[in-house]
Order: sequence, then C-alpha cells, then structure tokens
Amino acid sequence: MSIVVENLTKKYGEQKAVNDISFEIKTGEVVGFLGPNGAGKSTTMKILTCFMAPSSGDIRIDGDSIHTNPEKIKKRIGYLPENNPLYLEMPIVDYLRFTAEVQGVEKSLIPQRIAEMIDRCGLDREKHKNINELSKGYRQRVGLAQAMIHDPEILIFDEPTTGLDPNQIIEIRKLIKDLGKEKTVILSSHILSEVEATCDRIIIINKGRIVADGTSEILRSQAEGQELLKISIEAPAEKVEKAILGLGSVEKVTEIEGKDGWFQVQSKPDVSSRKEIFDLCVKNSWYLMEMSGFETRLEDVFQKLTK
Amino acid sequence: MGKIWIITRRELASFFDSLIAYVMIILFLGLSGMFTWLVGTNVFLMNQASMQVFFSIAFWSLFFFIPAITMRMIAEENKAGTIELLITKAVTDNQIVLGKFFACLILVVIALVCTLPYYITLSQLGNVDDGAVIGGYMALLMLSASYISIGLFSSSLTQNQIVAFLTALTIGIFFHLLFDVIGNTITGVAGSVFNYLSMSVHFESMSRGVVDSRDLVYFISIIAIGLLSSQVMLSKRNWQS
Repeated sequence: MSIVVENLTKKYGEQKAVNDISFEIKTGEVVGFLGPNGAGKSTTMKILTCFMAPSSGDIRIDGDSIHTNPEKIKKRIGYLPENNPLYLEMPIVDYLRFTAEVQGVEKSLIPQRIAEMIDRCGLDREKHKNINELSKGYRQRVGLAQAMIHDPEILIFDEPTTGLDPNQIIEIRKLIKDLGKEKTVILSSHILSEVEATCDRIIIINKGRIVADGTSEILRSQAEGQELLKISIEAPAEKVEKAILGLGSVEKVTEIEGKDGWFQVQSKPDVSSRKEIFDLCVKNSWYLMEMSGFETRLEDVFQKLTK
Repeated sequence: MGKIWIITRRELASFFDSLIAYVMIILFLGLSGMFTWLVGTNVFLMNQASMQVFFSIAFWSLFFFIPAITMRMIAEENKAGTIELLITKAVTDNQIVLGKFFACLILVVIALVCTLPYYITLSQLGNVDDGAVIGGYMALLMLSASYISIGLFSSSLTQNQIVAFLTALTIGIFFHLLFDVIGNTITGVAGSVFNYLSMSVHFESMSRGVVDSRDLVYFISIIAIGLLSSQVMLSKRNWQS
C-alpha cells in the first residue's frame, strides 16, 4: 500500500491553497502535517479523502486515482475532519451502526465492530447517550470510533486534539501511536510537540508548499547545521576564551552574559569540538564544570522554515 | 440501492426523533381534516361523496409543509459540517441526494396514508369515484415529489434553513400559482407554455382520475431537474475555485 501525491494544486479563486505538492507515504508510516493556520494542511486532507477534487494533480492509493475510483479509496480511509462534525441528535451506537453500514461493513460483523470501537475508544460508560449529551472529549472519541469502524488501512485525522484537556490529549496521542503500529496514519497539527511525540515523519507545509520533509532528527540537524555548545570552565575567562578560539575545530566563542565562566562555542561545519575542549581543560588543569549541546527545538526549525 | 436506503433510514429516524415528523403529520391532518369536514366548503356543504375537497386542501397544505421538511436536509449538514463526514464515506453525491429525497417522500406518504380513513368514511356515506381517488392520491404524490426535489435544491444552496425554506416557497409559488395566472392572462404560444408549466393544471387533470402521460412527464421532469440541480450544488465543491 502506498499513497502517492503528485503535483497537487488547489486554487480558491486567485489564491493557491495547495501549490504543486508531491510526496509519497508508505504503509505503516505515521505522518504529521505541520504548518501555520491556513497553510494548506486541511485542504490537502480534504482532497486525499475525496471530499473535493484538486484543481490539478492526482493522488493515487495503490494505483487507484481519486479522479476515477473515489468510492474504492473512501472505503479504505477513515477520516476525522477538523472540528469533528457529528450528527448530534443521534445515539452513539446508532451513529456507529450507520457509519458501519455506509462504509460497507458486513452486516453480521457490525455489532462486533461497534462493541470493539466502544471498548477501544473508552466509550463504555457513555454508550447509551445521545452525542449531544457528550463532553467535547467524548465527542472526539466518537469521531475516532466512526473513523475506525470499518477497520481502514489509512487513518486521516485533521487536528485530532484541538480543544481537549491535557489528559485527553495524552490519551488520544497514545491511541494514535497504537494505531500507527498496524496502520498508516496521517494527522495534521499546529502543535509541534504533538507531532514530534506521535509521528515518525513530519511534513512541514507553508503557504501551500512543502518546506521540509523528514524525521524530527533530520529536520533538526538540517536547521542546526553547526554544533553549538554551552560550557562552563572554572579558570580566568580571557585565557579560556583565547585558548578555545585557538582550537582547530572552533569557529566562534562568546561569553554568556551575566554568567561567570560560561561560554557559547560554535564549531566549524561538520566537526565536533567537544573532545578538543575536554583535552584542553585537562592539559591546563582547568575544571570543566559543564558542557552541553544546545538542542535546537522543533519550534525554532518551524519558525525558521515558515517565516 | 443499499446505500440510498441506509441514508433514507437515518433521515427518517431523525425526522421522528426530532419530532418534526409528528408535528408535520398532526398539523397536516388537523388542517386538512378541519377544512374537509368542518369549515368552509366542506364535504357536507358540497353534498357529494367526493374526495375533491380534501385534494384541493392538500394541494395547498403540502405546498407549505414540504419546504418545512426539506429545508434542513442539506442546509443543516452544510452548517454543521457533517456533510464533509458524509461525503467522505463510501457513498456518491447521487446516493446522498436520493437518500434524502426518499426520506422526505416516505414521510409525506405516511401523512397521506393517515388520511385514508377519510376515504373509508366517505365510502360509507355514498358512492365514491374510486378512479378519482386513486388519481387524486397519485397527483398528491407527484406534487409532493416535485416540491421535495425543489426543496432539496433550495436546501443545497445555503447553510441557513430559513433561507432554504423561503427559496423553496419562492420557486414553488411560480409552479403553484403564478404560471397559471400568467398563462391565463396572455394568449398564444407563450400562454400555453405557461399553462403547461403550471402545477395546478396537471394536478387537477390527474386528480379527476385521468392519468395522462403529459402530466406524468411534467412531474417527472420537475423531480429530475430538482434532484440533478441538488446534486450539482453538492458537487460544487469539486470545481469551485
């Protein structure tokens, strides 16, 4: 199973919501679409789920195109739209049964699938209620249950955790992680930590284009470029600064303001200066109190890419 | 057909859960019963064992009730966003529209079936022309189906149910009344075209018990055009730019 997106473009009037994006997703990947609001994440998902047709370009799932075979594709996808719209006046079980029937689940299997979904999504205590009697967190679970009811290979969640409390967010993330073991999951978010916590692969979209694609480590190292260290040495400051600058692997040293004996060291591209600094301290009998790498946060990567 | 029926069943259940169905049936029966048996030119005043009185009342009451049933069908889903959920399931736009159409039609049929006691009562009082009764019910069914398809189209235009209701009435009044009036005031070809477009002309000829293919073609065309336009409006998201 593979999802191939080719030169996808969607125009709203003059504005291009999605601008010529292409990528490929393989079975079992958990992919996060990341991007500021209005970047084109939801639009891409709406095209992927055959809700609307693109202005140009194609998506193929195992060779079936969204243009020619939407029914077949829809059957293989479970979708949770943004804001989780549901038929509020319906009881949960009726709603799940309706979804199962529409998705073509075999009649004899439906009761079993409903029971499974209620169990898996933790809806047991609420199962006799109408959807409009549920809190937001439970509605989200119903949304997840209806997306998974026909056991699809691909799950697409558009901002699955918006508006939930921290405990619920953790639960849903755990569920997504579990799902990712057997299914292909595509989710969108503008919360970086969430994507980092749940996804194997991150696609950053900005203004309708893909600006980065890879694991969170790859994205970080791309943004970092050069190693950045924070060190603390107990010795006369000027001497230390001079000595470190003299090392072959170091490009720049700056004293951290307000902190005595703390320096920020930037290495030359593609080399690490950690060992040399350590050796230097040993040679001069200085006390190396601390040495740590500056971890580039995904937030910084994101800001850099989407500005 | 399977998918259409699944959607129809859900819509019907929601009519009955939300009390719309009960309110509609009770109001319809109350109004048509009152005018058929008690008030104005009722059956007793006419002194004839005929369902004509009821048919001409139903002709008007359905005209108002049907937009009230259809107004929410698509507009509500547009507003709540559930249309996105429905469309991304394994159904076609066509099946969605037809499913909703049949749900409305079945509700109207239930309401009409509830008026069968009128016929039974009348047949006890005198000789009823059975052909005219069958024709009359068929005419009501065709009229309802036409207004349902117009109502669905109006509902697909907007997110606002009141706008949908008023649009359906506005389109409806042309067929119900205005084309007839225009057809009668102007002469020549244009006059007969407007006459042909008028719902009441076809309704009357059918409810006299004469089922003419001209009338059937007329009703079926309106239904088909209404349903197709609703589907086009639903699919608009695909080519809208």
